[in-house]
Amino acid sequence: MSTAAPQEVRLADGERETVLGAARAYVDKVRAGDVGSLPVVGGMAVIVAVFTAKVGVFFSAINFNNLVVQMVPVALIAIGVVFVLLIGEIDLSIGYLAGVCGVCVAWFAQPGTHHQVPGLVAIFLAIGLGALIGLVQGSFVAVLGVPSFVVTLAGLLAMEGVIIRWVGSQASISIQDKVVNGTANYFLSPAASWIVAAVVSAGFAAVTVGGFVARRRAGLPVGSPALAGLRVAGLAAAAFLVVAVSNRDRGLSFAGLLLVAMLVLGTFVAKRTTFGRHVYAVGGNAEAARRAGINVPFIRICVFMISGATAGLGGVLLAARLNGVDLTIGGGSTLLDAIAAAVIGGTSLFGGRGRVVAALLGALVIRTIANGLGLLGSSSATEYMITGVILLAAVTLDTLSRRRLERSGR
Amino acid sequence: MTESPPTLELRNVSKRFGAVQALDAVDFSVRAGEVMALVGDNGAGKSTLIKSVAGIHPFDDGQVLFDGREVHIHGPKDSARLGIEVVYQDLALCDNLDVVQNMFLGRESHDVFRRLRELDMEQRANATLATLSVTTIRSTRQTVATLSGGQRQSVAVARAVMWNSRVVILDEPTAALGVAQTRQVLELVKRLGGQGLAVVLISHNLHDVFEVADRITVLRLGRDVGVYERAATTQQEIVAAITAGVPTKVAGIPGTGA
Repeated sequence: MSTAAPQEVRLADGERETVLGAARAYVDKVRAGDVGSLPVVGGMAVIVAVFTAKVGVFFSAINFNNLVVQMVPVALIAIGVVFVLLIGEIDLSIGYLAGVCGVCVAWFAQPGTHHQVPGLVAIFLAIGLGALIGLVQGSFVAVLGVPSFVVTLAGLLAMEGVIIRWVGSQASISIQDKVVNGTANYFLSPAASWIVAAVVSAGFAAVTVGGFVARRRAGLPVGSPALAGLRVAGLAAAAFLVVAVSNRDRGLSFAGLLLVAMLVLGTFVAKRTTFGRHVYAVGGNAEAARRAGINVPFIRICVFMISGATAGLGGVLLAARLNGVDLTIGGGSTLLDAIAAAVIGGTSLFGGRGRVVAALLGALVIRTIANGLGLLGSSSATEYMITGVILLAAVTLDTLSRRRLERSGR
Repeated sequence: MTESPPTLELRNVSKRFGAVQALDAVDFSVRAGEVMALVGDNGAGKSTLIKSVAGIHPFDDGQVLFDGREVHIHGPKDSARLGIEVVYQDLALCDNLDVVQNMFLGRESHDVFRRLRELDMEQRANATLATLSVTTIRSTRQTVATLSGGQRQSVAVARAVMWNSRVVILDEPTAALGVAQTRQVLELVKRLGGQGLAVVLISHNLHDVFEVADRITVLRLGRDVGVYERAATTQQEIVAAITAGVPTKVAGIPGTGA
């Protein structure tokens, strides 16, 4: 290394400007142990191909819409799981937490009672309740230092009890409120659906192009324009395809739209705000974050509140989908589906690595398998076993890539 | 060289932990543009000294002068406000974040909605690395996990100097590095001094110390044995001071230990 220090040192750039360079950067990333969402996308293609070959009705518009509505609650809950995993914690209460919030919305929407409130208010009360429970659990973890595994396991047990007590002797509460039920059962008109596709595509394109122009103007290295264009085109194609398929049935489901909105919001918070940056920092190296002046307990509590709130919203949709709640709400595989979705989607269990969109990818895989096997007439036994194998594969991949990452860190 | 007061000066500082006298009436100073090495055996009080300067545990006794004026350091915020930055041995970097993100960790540039100003941060990070002539990092958008030990050290140092710092304290910056990377970091340390910063280098490796330091302070069992001009001393003399202690505070008496 020469000691003569030229004042203007160009930091490496240029090589990312070509598609080839971008491809090489990606290979580098995979080599370093960051596989991203590639395995999921590949796996998804295989799953769809297999089911399409086996059951004709699988690849139909009506089944597509059903699949979306089945998937959305899991994906919504999984968004919160992604945040919790990012800080290296776990939240086992989300299943029954979603259940409690589902009961909450049903209870507040119960007609002819003194506690009836408008549907929209009931929904926000349920989400608020979820956030509040998250606040309590998060405080135990962040302030008192109780392991999140135990805190949320206790929460799981307690919340199951709450559901049984709250639903009460009649064993179910039905929901008649149009707004509440609409969250899962409303479908947009074909025209509105097309508008949504156009807005989503245009928005993504604007953000991509805007970022590109801003970087270039600031004299910073930019990625390959071709690759960015490809990405915009890909997303637009997917959006219009989804709408085209949906419109052959009932139109775009509101639940799907809600999920997209939550994914955008979650991604914005995680990637574009100081809060999100600090979430990643706490998961990557909590001690470094503390020394950098980040209020680590505050971040942890907020993340558990996010997890509670998204579980609350997921619970609302669980209740709305069945137009009511019974004692089993939030039970069964809800918890494991949501955690598995986040992990299968590519979120690391070890903290610090993952993206919000993992919630969608993972939930898509899990619910597609469940949906396809259901159409095949397989028992839930098969579904559980296959989901188990996929989850194990995803976690193994995560562990191996983490080992690789540590080794490449030298 | 003696006209202006030292950037950081400690006079008669002491620190006691229960029965252990970790620092006993130690004098220490570092001037702008100079690299001051702080050497001593394990338990000599080096870590206690820098932790007190960093505000992690304040001195029990003695004076701290900054630019010749007495200051009181009660916490990390106080020392940061004065412009004292410590690069700890473990670097305190987040492996999952990229170079820019690490350099701005906890001090992100953001707008009123707390949205990150990525471009601003990236430009400033690049500029800082460029002034330090850190050219081995291919992209400031690669994660720290992909960097070598020397590159990580460079990032940690760059993070420390970016905030108008006046005093940079480096704790064993070459301890875990190979030959080539040690080179790289030592060059960086020299450049820091060349840019007018007051640099404190803590090291066990006298070879490194003699390569970059202007002066050397030796601590032994919580007391300062002496301050030596690098040009007027030998490694043997420093080793003798570290191990046996030399009861003098006069700089650069040749032949005392050797």
